[in-house]
Amino acid sequence: MSADIKVDQVLDAKGLSCPLPILKTKKAVEALTKDQILKVETTDPGSKNDMASWAKRTGNEVLKVEEGSGTFTFYIKKSA
Amino acid sequence: MTKKKMTIIASKGTLDMAYPPLILATTAAAMDVDVTIFFTFYGLEILKKNNADKLKVSPLGNPAMPMPMPIPTLVSSLPGMEAMATAMMKSMCKKHGVASIGTLLDLAIESGVKLIACQMTMDLFGYKKEALVDGVEVGGAAAWLDIAADSQINLFI
Repeated sequence: MSADIKVDQVLDAKGLSCPLPILKTKKAVEALTKDQILKVETTDPGSKNDMASWAKRTGNEVLKVEEGSGTFTFYIKKSA
Repeated sequence: MTKKKMTIIASKGTLDMAYPPLILATTAAAMDVDVTIFFTFYGLEILKKNNADKLKVSPLGNPAMPMPMPIPTLVSSLPGMEAMATAMMKSMCKKHGVASIGTLLDLAIESGVKLIACQMTMDLFGYKKEALVDGVEVGGAAAWLDIAADSQINLFI
């Protein structure tokens, strides 16, 4: 599982639709310092692709994505 | 890395058509893109003070709008149908966690999206700059073209 990832901040974006999970992730990552890790939980099925695109564009790294029953959990390392 | 740039021309003032420019603008800003929205004609409705959450959607002339039951065109023209369709869409948005237009506009402003109101439309419709939300600049076609010529993405909505 994700026991090996040390999470610095958790963002609950469950129940939110595009573009709010991305906007909230951006804000949360901005508040971190480099190399810190944000855990984001979403229920928006589109967030899986969106989060990858967002991270690629902004130079941040998605370390891991977990899919549960209707939920997605992202571990994002602030890299930029 | 130099920032990418995007411009959007927002020309519609209905509840449904106010979403695409604001969703794309806020997302682009979150992806480190410099965004400018040029509001022209009915798009200016979005910028009027305290108006963003009062935009309406009409089932009339809008056959693609999902309704709980098929509604004949003539019925769509009856008083109250627009209010009903608007209330329906707002409640759908709320249920699905879709931000309101007002919220998206606030988020756009907060993330540094540049808002330009079309001077010609303001003169044409008799709108005053004071009637628009704070932080809006007023400009013309050349102002948009100047920015668009240096942008990678330019959209007309």
